Amino acid sequence: MARRFAPLLTLIAWALVWEVVAQSVEISVLPPLSSVLVGVTEVVQLKSFRLALLETGRAFGIGMALSVVVGVPLGVLMGVFRPADRLLNVWANVFISAPLTAVVPALMPLLGIGQTTVIATVFLFAVWVIVLDAREGVRKVNPSLIDMARTHHASRLAIFTKILVPGALPEVLTGIRLAVVRGVKGVIIGQIVIALVGFGALFDLYLQTFSMERFWALVIIIFVLAFLLVEGVGLIERRVAFYAKSR
Amino acid sequence: MSLPDTTVPAREVAVKVDGVGMVYPTGTEALRDIAVEFPRGALVSLLGPSGCGKTTLLKIIAGLIEPTRGQVIINGTTVHGPSPASAFVFQDFALMPWATVLRNVAFGLELRGVRKREREAIARKYIAEVGLAGAENRYPHEMSGGMRQRAGLARALAVDADVLLMDEPFSAIDEQMRRKLQEDLLSLLRVEKKTVIFVTHSIEEAVYLSDRIVILSPNPGEVSQVVDTSLAHEGDPETIRRDPRYVALVDEIWSGLKRYLD
Amino acid sequence: MSVEASAPSETGRRSVSIPSWGWTLLSFAIVFGAWEVAGRVPISLAFPPFSAVAAALVRLIASGELLRAYGETIPPLVVGVLAAAVVGIALGVSMGLMRVLEFAFYPPLVIMQTAPVAAIIPLITFIYGIGDLAKVVAVMILAVPLTALNAFAGIRNADARLIEMARAFQGSTRQVVTKIIVPDASGMIFAGLRLGVSGGFIGIVLAELLITPTGIGDTISYYRSVAKYAEMYAAIVSIIALATVTLALIETAERRLFGKTRR
Ligand SMILES: Nc1ncnc2c1ncn2[C@@H]1O[C@H](COP(=O)(O)OP(=O)(O)OP(=O)(O)O)[C@@H](O)[C@H]1O
Ligand SMILES: [Mg+2]
Repeated sequence: MARRFAPLLTLIAWALVWEVVAQSVEISVLPPLSSVLVGVTEVVQLKSFRLALLETGRAFGIGMALSVVVGVPLGVLMGVFRPADRLLNVWANVFISAPLTAVVPALMPLLGIGQTTVIATVFLFAVWVIVLDAREGVRKVNPSLIDMARTHHASRLAIFTKILVPGALPEVLTGIRLAVVRGVKGVIIGQIVIALVGFGALFDLYLQTFSMERFWALVIIIFVLAFLLVEGVGLIERRVAFYAKSR
Repeated sequence: MSLPDTTVPAREVAVKVDGVGMVYPTGTEALRDIAVEFPRGALVSLLGPSGCGKTTLLKIIAGLIEPTRGQVIINGTTVHGPSPASAFVFQDFALMPWATVLRNVAFGLELRGVRKREREAIARKYIAEVGLAGAENRYPHEMSGGMRQRAGLARALAVDADVLLMDEPFSAIDEQMRRKLQEDLLSLLRVEKKTVIFVTHSIEEAVYLSDRIVILSPNPGEVSQVVDTSLAHEGDPETIRRDPRYVALVDEIWSGLKRYLD
Repeated sequence: MSVEASAPSETGRRSVSIPSWGWTLLSFAIVFGAWEVAGRVPISLAFPPFSAVAAALVRLIASGELLRAYGETIPPLVVGVLAAAVVGIALGVSMGLMRVLEFAFYPPLVIMQTAPVAAIIPLITFIYGIGDLAKVVAVMILAVPLTALNAFAGIRNADARLIEMARAFQGSTRQVVTKIIVPDASGMIFAGLRLGVSGGFIGIVLAELLITPTGIGDTISYYRSVAKYAEMYAAIVSIIALATVTLALIETAERRLFGKTRR
């Protein structure tokens, strides 16, 4: 029990350190936590915040949905079809660790300075880890399950939906959890590089006006939201863990 | 030594393997010129050392792989691809770990588009028949190997195919449970009247279960001997296992196979 | 699509005799070919064909512009990654050996690794200005969590049987740490270094796009602002290629060094 709450204790301790240090020493960019928390209560009531949240949620949601819809079939295809694997594996491995942030400036003139570019950024950041994990998952599916389905005249579509996808689900969910981490980074990076949309515009405003309470309030809100999202996927992931081992 | 009578009255042929040869793309010649007939209602074992092509032959009969030569005829029709006339029982059970026993057993029917209520009713019947009643909602990882293979058998029975293809179905199951499963299989077959092609590398298992034993030799896989026996239908298991003819037959097959082991 | 090809029992798998570098070449040809076609259609005026980008890349290299840009990008990247290696490994190893430090630093490091820390990069300017130091800090913010957490995991996963063996031979704690635990963890520590480099590249690009208009990031921004898209793409391709080649080299070294000894 104590173990589960240890991280929480740590964070409380650091919060106290933050408060005490910022109270006793004047740090221009780091106001005391207490005033940042007050900032949180202010920020969440702002119309501009709600709009930004909505906009960010939309871009993130669409980008993630695209990543899953494209990434899972692509990964499955790579897992079952060698030529596809050999053609795509190089690129998946390049883009999973390349600094894709550098691509965002190229998206702007292509897709406009707005939501579409942010969606594309989320997609670019998130899709590769889903592809590679889906591929991994499919490779762990017991080949005799495919033989079994074939002896019962399963169509290719049925083999895909009833055997390969559920069989790969544990890895796919791991991939989606990691993709959520990357997608959140993508949505924020896209927005602050464009600096005109969603939280990017708000961050820019708070920096220009040097309202550090609100800046940090926004950071905390975003971190908490990201944490909740990742934990949410983790919860589903643990529910299928029971068969990950017995394939 | 008196071998069992080898002149079985001519019975209708359910499965005919006609000059089948198989060379894998890797160059391995797994089977050469296999010609065997499987009488309707009989249990025929394919027996031979590891790597002699038993699984390959069974998969060819199942239509899972195309032979490079010859053909397989089931109920008068040449096999091209999996046929509804046969059902497969897998050595590793091939149960979907994410599905309950009920869904696993009904899966063949699910793939055939049978409606849920109907297929589950059929599945329940066969789950009970193989002795798994009460386990419908359990997951494979919650069951022993013996129970899992019962589910695999129920799934094969549920699609109501004439021919059961069993690939070393009991080899991943511990010894005591294996005997129980063998006995249960025999009593099940008295009710279900299937043609069974049973792959095994256990001589005892083949002699105990079979009406006919096809012995394969390796490199490449060829039929080296066909032995007809009818011990399987004479009395209870203990009597059979002590029957001098059983012991003699096991001995004879063993001395025939021994030379492939070096 | 051939689903059946996945079954090892399948005969339908044609024995493909193209060597693996051949596949890579083919893969590049297909992607660059598609890029060329899409650029020539054109799908957008802001999307030049591959050949134009390649030509621009040659021009940028020949004029020395690319070299100058990387002269501003690479030094802070290298310094930042080295600093992140030292700090991260020291932190990670100490966390692995001392529970108090694990308690204190593990949760914030995990947060830094999973949260979008890019958000606070613009803040760096207020403390470190817009010079190289700001870039080094940006690199470290992205790299340290990766090097530290990997080093920590390496120490924690050190083979317990080896540790017992060393204890059984009366090894001192110091000997157990230096002769068993750290060598056993070195594979994961090195892998953390690779991840740190990958994070460092992201950090330097972010810093150059957001706070310090110098280096390759500035080259990208500049050519975007003057709408010379072939040059912009050339700069982007160059940094992605540089990161990919660097990471591939580290991975090769990793396999040489630790491939056989670990797992
Ligand atoms: N997909 C394949 N590709 C290439 N060669 C194969 C393939 N499957 C089997 N073989 C080879 O064909 C031969 C026969 O294999 P098969 O699996 O049919 O033997 P088996 O009698 O079932 O053996 P066991 O008793 O070990 O199950 C072996 O030499 C095997 O290596
Ligand atoms: Mg076999």
